[in-house]
Amino acid sequence: MKQHICTHINGEATEFLCDAADTLLQVLRDNLRLTGTKEGCGTGDCGACSVMLNDRLVCSCLVLAVEAQHSQIETVEGLANGDSLHPLQQAFLDHAALQCGICTPGLLVAAKALLDHNPSPSESEVRFWIAGNLCRCTGYDKIVRAILAAADNMRTTHDGAQS
Amino acid sequence: MQYQAPTDLADVAALLASADGKGRVMAGGTDLLARFAAGMPKPDVLVDIKHIAELMDIEQASDGSFTVGAAVCGAAISEHAALCSAWPGVTEAMDLIGSVQIQGRASLGGNLCNASPAADAVPALIAAGAICRILGSQGERQVSVADIICSPGKTCLDSDEFVVSLYLPPRPPRSADAYLRLIPRSEMDIAVAGAAVNLTLDSADVVVAATIALGAVSPVPLLVPRAADVILGSKLEADVMTRFKSVVSASCRPINDKRGTIDYRNHVAGVLAARAALIAGKRAAREGL
Ligand SMILES: Cc1cc2nc3c(=O)[nH]c(=O)nc-3n(C[C@H](O)[C@H](O)[C@H](O)COP(=O)(O)OP(=O)(O)OC[C@H]3O[C@@H](n4cnc5c(N)ncnc54)[C@H](O)[C@@H]3O)c2cc1C
Ligand code: FES
Ligand code: FES
Repeated sequence: MKQHICTHINGEATEFLCDAADTLLQVLRDNLRLTGTKEGCGTGDCGACSVMLNDRLVCSCLVLAVEAQHSQIETVEGLANGDSLHPLQQAFLDHAALQCGICTPGLLVAAKALLDHNPSPSESEVRFWIAGNLCRCTGYDKIVRAILAAADNMRTTHDGAQS
Repeated sequence: MQYQAPTDLADVAALLASADGKGRVMAGGTDLLARFAAGMPKPDVLVDIKHIAELMDIEQASDGSFTVGAAVCGAAISEHAALCSAWPGVTEAMDLIGSVQIQGRASLGGNLCNASPAADAVPALIAAGAICRILGSQGERQVSVADIICSPGKTCLDSDEFVVSLYLPPRPPRSADAYLRLIPRSEMDIAVAGAAVNLTLDSADVVVAATIALGAVSPVPLLVPRAADVILGSKLEADVMTRFKSVVSASCRPINDKRGTIDYRNHVAGVLAARAALIAGKRAAREGL
């Protein structure tokens, strides 16, 4: 029997039907066509499927879609503000922090969770935080630079706005 | 598979009982859903326990004891300053599990009931003397964490029973614990060996109580009272630690696999236990008199 789920995705009330065994990742991609969230491993190891669920960073491949009932979900599609990219997205472009791009949405969501939690992370804090996001292409260095640059940029903009 | 998310403790036991052995509890799902993805047969009824207050709470009693809901996620445990300061070993063991993403979901109850020989939080809970509150359709019982796991992947829980919470007893002043593991990488891997030490010092820094538990070096996490005897009455002097290391190594019953040979695991368990004892000793001494 299909279950009827009412949830919020990127701030918008959203409903869907799913089977009890469907993962949140399957429903995001296949039912809701939010294909920014990627599937790498399907077992919690690669982080390509990272989303925010009720303010916690999780692997959507290890969440059942039915668990989304009355919850708040944020995906990579919610990062940009209309046509203007989030500073993290811009920094990834500026620093060439991607090649094939499969890991990128997950890394962007994970990096945003980090900066929300700690606006001035050290390089080693960035590296530990993204340990659950695997990238087979870049060697990580450009990703780490991009996250640190975005953090800098966001602090400057934020401090500027305050003064 | 049917999904149920009861908000009442009694409903969990009732759902499990009526599923007649074909029900399963889910906390964070980081073990369970990964196993479904790998093709493990699904239960008829999956009972999500995260909507029940008792399973999601951390409570400190006036005697200093803590009751941690079995489904509280690792991130919430790390955010609990009083728990982290009272039980640094238990909380650092939990914090080692997986990535930030896994920490958003993984629980102590899941780590325990998954019954993996290499589970990181289990040796720390055993060393801490943690006690499980277990509820089933026939009523409630308290079982020490050390007695929960019977064999790899198997617990002593009946099919209608589940863990409600983990109780960490009050402890004397100058007590502390520590957990260390070895993995081939710096993050995101399964322990080759793990060691937890919980101890109490007297005012002269002499060890007056100690519990040592090891992970990944036997089919089930191992209590090593013989090793505790070596450090009891000592100030963790170098010669004592050398004897301690060899007693720990001699107590291990590991397997050879791609993560490590028997000899390597025996050796590493000794080294980790000795380091963990020294860390626990320093932490306990810092606590003042
Ligand atoms: C990428 C990745 C990395 C990991 N890294 C580590 C690691 O470094 N160290 C480590 O030890 N583990 C690791 N794990 C395994 C797992 O994350 C932990 O064992 C975790 O603590 C399981 O908790 P959970 O709440 O997700 O359990 P679940 O998956 O919900 O449940 C696990 C098992 O326990 C049962 N269960 C859960 N709660 C209860 C309860 N209250 N009463 C009775 N039965 C219950 C379930 O039925 C199931 O059989 C990792 C897993 C992944 C996917
Ligand atoms: S697809 Fe979810 S962690 Fe790899
Ligand atoms: S850019 Fe290809 S996996 Fe990261």
